[in-house]
Amino acid sequence: MSLELTDITLTYADGETRLTALDRVSLQIPKGTLTAVVGPSGSGKSSLLAVAATLITPDAGTVTIDGTPTTGLSRGELTELRRHRIGIVFQQPNLLPSLTAAEQLQVMARIDGRSARRARGRALELLDAVGLADRAHRRPHQLSGGQRQRVNIARALMNDPTVLLVDEPTSALDHERGAAVIELITRLTHQRATATVLVTHDSTHLTAADRTAEVHDGRLRRPAPAG
Amino acid sequence: MFVAWRDLRFAKGRFALMGTVIVLITLLVGLLSGLTAGLGRQNVSAITGLPADRIAFQAPTGGQALSYSDSTVTARQWRQWAEAPGVERAEPLGITTTRATAGARSTAVSAFGVEPGSSLAPDGGRIDARSAVLSTTAADELGLVTGGALNLAGHRLTVAAVRGDASFSHTPVVWTSLDTWRRVAPPTDRSDGPTATVIALRTTSGAGTTETDRRTGTRTVTTGDSLSAIGSYTSENGSLQLMRGFLFAISALVIGAFFTVWTIQRGGDVAVLKALGASTASLLRDALGQAVVLLVGGTLAGSGIAAAVGVLVTGSDVPFLLSPGTVLLPAAVMVLLGTLGAGLSIRRITSVDPLTALGSAR
Repeated sequence: MSLELTDITLTYADGETRLTALDRVSLQIPKGTLTAVVGPSGSGKSSLLAVAATLITPDAGTVTIDGTPTTGLSRGELTELRRHRIGIVFQQPNLLPSLTAAEQLQVMARIDGRSARRARGRALELLDAVGLADRAHRRPHQLSGGQRQRVNIARALMNDPTVLLVDEPTSALDHERGAAVIELITRLTHQRATATVLVTHDSTHLTAADRTAEVHDGRLRRPAPAG
Repeated sequence: MFVAWRDLRFAKGRFALMGTVIVLITLLVGLLSGLTAGLGRQNVSAITGLPADRIAFQAPTGGQALSYSDSTVTARQWRQWAEAPGVERAEPLGITTTRATAGARSTAVSAFGVEPGSSLAPDGGRIDARSAVLSTTAADELGLVTGGALNLAGHRLTVAAVRGDASFSHTPVVWTSLDTWRRVAPPTDRSDGPTATVIALRTTSGAGTTETDRRTGTRTVTTGDSLSAIGSYTSENGSLQLMRGFLFAISALVIGAFFTVWTIQRGGDVAVLKALGASTASLLRDALGQAVVLLVGGTLAGSGIAAAVGVLVTGSDVPFLLSPGTVLLPAAVMVLLGTLGAGLSIRRITSVDPLTALGSAR
């Protein structure tokens, strides 16, 4: 398994009481598969993604990324794990305004201490893979919403992650562009053999997933093959 | 610096505005430093240029501070100092401010009285009861050259030489004999022999001045410390240094404020970079590097303009001293304090939570 969540429990402080965001959630995502996590607002989908991204440490349970348990890792080690093994596609593209599309990807190499110039070839290759080869020199404000989201996806793949975490990627897009983005994520998951978790509230995307998992009140209801 | 360089290019307007502020503050600091040093030189160059390492003053009474204008030493004190252990040379020096005239020209000068042949004055061997050595500024202001004649407080003297550019308390120096100085200087109530203002000492490293001071009724300080005994220098230099210090503090605060706002503005970008795996240390290095680039660029430009102004006014009536100490040193302090201000403001990068990059919070 590339991503394993085992008996994850996560609680938040809410005044003098604690709210349970995730209640003994277990989920295994094999490489080369897309698992859609669905559920209503506040059900715990985003918390599940944040735990899988190592951005939140759960109260109990274990997160294993590509065979490495994250329990007990220092903040620096978690950052390094995120850098090398995890790709995150944000809900909003979250592109840096001063960088061109190609540089949005090259910055991932710099974060990893590698030469941005040498990484340019791979950045252009990935932009080509998401259909933006001719937009490499455009800055975010010169791209459409759908194009920005494609750059967001390409950036997540820049460091060859084994786990791809996708957070509501179509929430700011119309249906047609949203469907194209989901199709792109599905194709890249299979091509690049990533263990992909797609958090979405849009049930029309479920057909693209290999499996679906439904979250309700912090509990995983139905990890099952997609319809 | 990958993102930092691109931010500098992308947000040109903001950084240009801040850069201009740094240029203007550096220019102001540079001009003030040159002016402070220039005015200081006009005040003290005659003292700092003396071939002496210590100055013996009449010991002040009643808790008063040392003062070149109040000190009077006697021939007996001078002889005692000349014979003191560790003293290589002790020479009396009389100082008074008076008026010199030459033809229709007249100017205030500081008359420095020395023993004929004294090493304290440039070309001291040409000084006698009827001759004086003029600093170039005194000669220029009086329109005199070697061989000319001047009237010093009613005493006619011949210009034996024009040497150096010594000035004291903003007046050019006229080097006279001690006898001439005694006639020019206001009378004192000291009756025990020929008087001077201070005794200039050249001592060896092991010279113990405390015992001789106690025995002779003097107080000895280093030549550098004696500058605080020039009243105008202390107040003038203190005020200008205070202004300079405030400018340094203001620059650090302005730069700190700018980078605080800038860091808050790009907090979302920092969260994204952290979520993508950037270490906090690398983000801090980038932000500090960006600040240093801005600071060094602005400071170099400001210092360059200040130096150009200095070159333009050198030789004019403006007392401006252009030197590494008045241009490079303030620039280095500006960069140092600015970096400190920026460093304190970008600390908040450490507290940015990468979790905020997830969800629709941005």
